[in-house]
Amino acid sequence: MLEPISVSMESLNLGTLAPMLIAIAGALGILIIDLIKKDIDKTLYVMLSVLILFVDLGAVLGQKLGDRGFFDVMLVDGLAVLSQIIILFASMLFTPLALTSRRFHEYSYPEFFALFLFMVAGFQFMVATDNLILIFVGLETASLALYTLIALHNRERSFEAAIKYFTMGALAAGFFVMGSMIFYALTGSVELYKIAEVLSVASAANMTVALVGISFMIAALGFKLSMVPFHTWTPDVYEGASAALAGYMSVVPKIAGFVVAMRIFELFIHSDIVWVRDILYAAVVVTMTLANVIALVQHDVKRMLAFSSISHAGFVMAAIMIGTTEANSSLFLYWILFLFTNLGAFAMLWVSRHKASVWGDGRFDHPYEKFSGMIHIMPVGAVVMALFMLSLAGVPPFSLFWGKLSIMAAAIHSDYIVLALIMALNSAIAAYYYLKLIVYMFLKSPSESEGTVYMKNASKPLQTIIGLSVFLTVFAVLAVDPMMEFITAYVQASGF
Amino acid sequence: MDHILSVLVLFPAIAGLLGFVVSKESIRAYGISVATIEFLLSLWLWFSFDASYPGMQFVEVLPLIPSFGISYYLGVDGISLFIIILSTFITLIGLIALSVKKDIKNMIISLLFLEMTMVGVFVSLDAILFYVFWELSLVPMLYIIGAWGGELRIYAAIKFFLYTFAGSLIMLVGMLVMAYLYHQATGIWSFSITEWHRLILPMNYQIWLFIAFFIGLAIKVPMFPFHTWLPYAHGQAPTIGSVILAAVLLKMGTYGLVRLPLPMFPDASVHMIYPVAILSLIMIIYTAMVAYAQKDMKQVIAYSSVSHMGVIVLGIFAMNPEGITGSVFFMLSHGVVSGALFMLVGVIYDRRHTKLISEFGGLAQVMPRYATVMGIMAMASVGLPLTMSFVGEFLSLAGFYQVSHTMTILAGTSIILGAVYMLTLYKRVFFGEVVHEKNRKLNDLDGKESMALWTLVLVTIWLGVYPKPVLEPINTSVEALVSFMHKKAMTSEAKSVIRPTVIKREAE
Repeated sequence: MLEPISVSMESLNLGTLAPMLIAIAGALGILIIDLIKKDIDKTLYVMLSVLILFVDLGAVLGQKLGDRGFFDVMLVDGLAVLSQIIILFASMLFTPLALTSRRFHEYSYPEFFALFLFMVAGFQFMVATDNLILIFVGLETASLALYTLIALHNRERSFEAAIKYFTMGALAAGFFVMGSMIFYALTGSVELYKIAEVLSVASAANMTVALVGISFMIAALGFKLSMVPFHTWTPDVYEGASAALAGYMSVVPKIAGFVVAMRIFELFIHSDIVWVRDILYAAVVVTMTLANVIALVQHDVKRMLAFSSISHAGFVMAAIMIGTTEANSSLFLYWILFLFTNLGAFAMLWVSRHKASVWGDGRFDHPYEKFSGMIHIMPVGAVVMALFMLSLAGVPPFSLFWGKLSIMAAAIHSDYIVLALIMALNSAIAAYYYLKLIVYMFLKSPSESEGTVYMKNASKPLQTIIGLSVFLTVFAVLAVDPMMEFITAYVQASGF
Repeated sequence: MDHILSVLVLFPAIAGLLGFVVSKESIRAYGISVATIEFLLSLWLWFSFDASYPGMQFVEVLPLIPSFGISYYLGVDGISLFIIILSTFITLIGLIALSVKKDIKNMIISLLFLEMTMVGVFVSLDAILFYVFWELSLVPMLYIIGAWGGELRIYAAIKFFLYTFAGSLIMLVGMLVMAYLYHQATGIWSFSITEWHRLILPMNYQIWLFIAFFIGLAIKVPMFPFHTWLPYAHGQAPTIGSVILAAVLLKMGTYGLVRLPLPMFPDASVHMIYPVAILSLIMIIYTAMVAYAQKDMKQVIAYSSVSHMGVIVLGIFAMNPEGITGSVFFMLSHGVVSGALFMLVGVIYDRRHTKLISEFGGLAQVMPRYATVMGIMAMASVGLPLTMSFVGEFLSLAGFYQVSHTMTILAGTSIILGAVYMLTLYKRVFFGEVVHEKNRKLNDLDGKESMALWTLVLVTIWLGVYPKPVLEPINTSVEALVSFMHKKAMTSEAKSVIRPTVIKREAE
């Protein structure tokens, strides 16, 4: 007979749930407002969402490191807090991109913002636990919301993107569940730390089974992080989604994925299983190189940025593969710097978004030709866009250079000199496609007669956000040291 | 002024930013005034420079990213001092002679940013800072070549960018490894070049790191076989682009050789003398021959400039005071002379819109003043005594003579080959009858061109006749550098090759 379960409120430690609950409550609140009064302007919802995220951030910062709660499934370690800070910051910066001067119908539905907040809550669940089931729940909540958000853009291509993402996501979810199942079968637990304990004393026969589990996990996370060969959905999805959402997708889901990957793979990298490390090494190199090579032949800036973000993800996965505290801290540093640059780059695409595409055969929204000769028409815009491209290419002293520098340094400090060289060469390859846009903007003759084309969609808030990203991209060097200190403290606190 | 180096670096950048506000009509005057102020500031630097002190002067240190050991560390010694002055001088002269009409505002702003990066490279004593300026210098140059160049300009611009970028990323890996090794030895993170100089490494590390640094720097020089980007860049670049590229940007490579791998890895450098010397020899002789075969005036000069860069590298790898001092001096004279030659080609290109040698002939009758300046500069390029190049070339070769007689004699053919292609060029362009009708009505040099070119002629002859004020500060620092390398070298082979002061100067 089962014992009656008695749980005291204190042992639940509901405080650990507070941040996610705030986001969820906020989302519900938005839905309720819509029930009470229809046709409220989107500005209200945008600002409300930002405020909710702000309160959420406050709750995250108020948490005590090392806490566990809610039947011990919630885990508040440095990694969780740090990644939630990044997720919330990024969400706060991307939400105002809805304040376009043109009307896009998805923003007129409050559901958009409710789903957005649900998605954020999902990502928060994903990073703030080491329970495989809860990771899965978070992952699915976030992903389902994200599929819908993409489809809400309401163009043929968006539906295609959403369906593609959904099917691929479903497959990845399947892989994740299979992987978890194998670990559960092996160890009798879904808690990562218990799995680690059991596996550390497991026999060799069990190891083979564990490797199958790891393969499933690599595939599942590979889909989410768009590692080659699981990357095929990325460019189409980015192309179908609005530029604002594509930018968001290139940053936030990835950081959540990195944290999960770090939690799972770190177990194996620090054990004696060489195999995991080798396969990750191969995946990293292939992801970086192949994505770069494919990006070379793209005709659309957004697709190019999609492949570039795959390549950046590969670059950063190297940090997980290296697995030292320094490398893991560099990962976060890199991603924060990447956040600001990509925010700017995608926002620049977003402000130039036209309802009717008029370039070439109309296949692409942002073909390179669109930006031809931009320096003559809209010099400031061209310079700003060029800054972001140079930063993505890793030209010093712009922000991403410092990220690349720290990851390459971390690789060298762990004796991965060949890997560092591969990274360096990949940066050189990548420079070519970023330069291609600069070449179009600066060196070709203009195709448009007036500069408003590039700012059709701009509004004061969007310009402010672009200005902020420019500032952070240019002066990143001054922020690197304090950021690194902050990050390292959190990463060390959680023992990674 | 305590912060004169920071001022030198930041002034053109700030002026460039403010330049966006200046109206299109007055931007030219603005550019020239900014460049003049910058040039005067660099002269002030020379004036307040203590020529008898061999070490770093006007040092500024400010930690930038302490956890990585990166700092804002500037300083100048006799080796870099004159290259800085060369940069500001050539920028000024280039701006005076600037004949671009299209988008002149963008051009001048890019030039000012370029000036910042050039000065920045030569004053940086922190490897990462050096790297930052080194990479940044590519961006304005990419724009200058790509936007104002000839037909293949975009291809040339991208080739220029990617070649250098790829090479320098390998150098970056070298720098990171170096910082790591420094950390292992001392427990401190540091990218300070002067600190790195003091680190003694085992031979195999030295060799690998030497190769990493050498690839990055050699592409910029450009050493054979990495030189293929240069003819394209020169062929397509507008006059001002070629002038700055040849006069200053290439010097970043050779300056880098003196500053980074040589004192950091003396044993490896000695070990690599022969491979490097052979590459330099190929570069000297092969490109000189290629220069002779060119149909385009600008290509002749482009290849001749590669050939002379070979002599500079050879002189640096002589590893003795004569060779290195000579090379540093040759960098300056190469800057002035090849800058002037590219400007001269630009003069004729502006008038005829062609650079093909076959299009000309008998120009001496039509444009006597132009022919005079060109004649002087062609002689200087060949290395005629009493011109600036003679001093540099002679010293470089004299330095390397102590290392290898045969190779020096082979390298000496560069003077003969140089004379062959330069005089042929001169003959075909200036002597004989005027064949093409279009050439009969060409205007001779106008005011701004004369002003720019005669200034260069004056400098060439002044420093050719009396190089002492420049040569001495260079020599002081170079002697200190070589004796430092001698002390630091571990192998007896290296010690025997790096001879601090073998030949006492007779005057003393």
